[in-house]
Amino acid sequence: MSSISCRNLCRTFHQGDEVITGLDHVDLDIEEGEFVCLSGPSGSGKTTLLNAMGGLDTPDEGEITVGKYRVDKLSKNELAEMRLHDIGFVFQAYNLIPVLSAIENVEFVMQVQGIAAADRGARARAILAEVGLQGLEDRRPGDMSGGQQQRVAVARAIVNQPALVLADEPTANLDTRSAAQFMDLFVALNRQHGITFVISTHDTRVMAYARRLIRMRDGRIVADEQQEPHGMAV
Amino acid sequence: MSVTWRLAWRNLWRHSRRTWLTVGAMVFCNVLLIFLISLQLGSYQMMIDNSLATYSGHIQIQQRGYLEDQQMRQTVPAVARLAAGVRSVLGVETVSARGLAFALASSEQRSFGVLLNGVQPEFEPAVSTLPGLVRQGRYLAPGDRGQIVIGAVLARNLKVGLGEELTFLGSGRDGSFSAGVATVVGILESGMDEIDRSVAQVPLSWFQETFSMGDHGHSVVIRVPDLDRVPEAVQTLQGMLPAGESLEVLDWNALQPGLRQAITSDLASAWFTYVVLIVLVAFSVLNTQLMSVLERTREFGVMLSLGMRPGQLARLVGMETLLMAALGLGLGVLLGALLTQYLSAVGFAYPGMDELGAKFNMPGRMYPEVSLLSLFWGPAVVVLGALLAAIYPALRLFRLAPVEAMRAA
Repeated sequence: MSSISCRNLCRTFHQGDEVITGLDHVDLDIEEGEFVCLSGPSGSGKTTLLNAMGGLDTPDEGEITVGKYRVDKLSKNELAEMRLHDIGFVFQAYNLIPVLSAIENVEFVMQVQGIAAADRGARARAILAEVGLQGLEDRRPGDMSGGQQQRVAVARAIVNQPALVLADEPTANLDTRSAAQFMDLFVALNRQHGITFVISTHDTRVMAYARRLIRMRDGRIVADEQQEPHGMAV
Repeated sequence: MSVTWRLAWRNLWRHSRRTWLTVGAMVFCNVLLIFLISLQLGSYQMMIDNSLATYSGHIQIQQRGYLEDQQMRQTVPAVARLAAGVRSVLGVETVSARGLAFALASSEQRSFGVLLNGVQPEFEPAVSTLPGLVRQGRYLAPGDRGQIVIGAVLARNLKVGLGEELTFLGSGRDGSFSAGVATVVGILESGMDEIDRSVAQVPLSWFQETFSMGDHGHSVVIRVPDLDRVPEAVQTLQGMLPAGESLEVLDWNALQPGLRQAITSDLASAWFTYVVLIVLVAFSVLNTQLMSVLERTREFGVMLSLGMRPGQLARLVGMETLLMAALGLGLGVLLGALLTQYLSAVGFAYPGMDELGAKFNMPGRMYPEVSLLSLFWGPAVVVLGALLAAIYPALRLFRLAPVEAMRAA
């Protein structure tokens, strides 16, 4: 499901009279199980491309296929269904629900998926333990560090066992140690579960984890290279 | 409890002051509605009771057609015996026989047409409040013959006082000429000109003799302990009517159709006030939920990106509103029930009501009537209003696009 195909993707935004190019005829293929970083300066189109892949935004032109889905052809509800069952999102700002505890944030997604109440608690605990948050299940986001909150966000993203995780600047708000731990977690999930990761970043230390690095500028892909991942020096 | 319900509940308390203000408005509205509706239903009960207690009673037995066209010949045979039978069957003493005839009443100075009412002095005070309104002299007593009690306005019009005589001329049941003389022993004053101008009551036995009625009369008047027992009593009485007589049993609704109309019209105007109150509360809910939705635009964007559908978000807003309304309903009904139950036990009077009641021989206090209807009808409409008010904020969620929503501050 995670093989991604983008063909001739175009997306423009209007800011007053000014037309801003988000994506400019982008062609891209990502295979199942890849660990990909999209890099580039702000405004280069990384987030726009991620949003288009996740069905959060609709391109003006072009085709996107994510696994069995023709994303650009889906209705609002079909897109929601795809995101719920097949894609996990991790955001720069964590975006946890502040009034729910860590375990409830994870359970909430499972409830929306229709998983029986009896299974939810155990699965949520297991996934939180996997991301290193054992013992912090009942803490609310406000009582957790940025790194811990981001781990909850990852737990929430992978609890539905998606084939694809889209992460938008996931380490931007983390210190170096937390960012390194966090990226190690991503790599482990990629290796153990075969989850495809597409991460947007302009942090070179994050790029060091990628096996494939795609560089963007002004809405275009300017470089697409394979590399030997070497992690982050902490 | 599912995570969604927990989320809805906790969302309510993100701005606890705002939520309490809205819940407070609902509670206030619910208490007010419960009190007003209970008071209204209680006042109808009182209005009906007072109105029927004046003269007509809850039920009457009459000759069929007499109510529409009061002909002297349309009589109830053996009226006093029938009244005694009714007392026995219903097990109440509040039953009296009456006769009614038009006559020309003359004093030494003046003559006026009156409706002369033959009553049973020993039973009439139990079915009518008029005997209690005698301000001069006394009411009729058992064994009286040729005595009369008249209204104050009639006494003034005829220029008669206590101890003076009135002569009556009329026609009897058989069409013959009837005449009699009665001495004024009491003058009653109800404060209502219509009654004080027309009341002229004489003992039934004298009435029957004067107007060649034999043992006939025109009606048996019955009061039952409360309005709820009227239908059952009517059914019982229909079963005991003598065969071969075309008598009919009429309940208060048939005797005074205007009462029901007055109540219906009063209810309609009261509901207008209640609806205004409920609309104001609904706007308060709309304001709260709209603010709540606008503040959480970013969060809703995240939820959409996680795979929630707009309909599920709308349901979440609906659940929050339902919880808030349930809180308002629970507290409102509890406080409203306590207040109204207390007032229904001790009564409620506005200034001057005691004096008014004493003057008209009527209760000086009002008693709200607590019932399931009065407790839940108003608050249920408030809940409905609150849910309707949440529709607009919920509908806004269907227009949210995840990316734009997540960019919201």
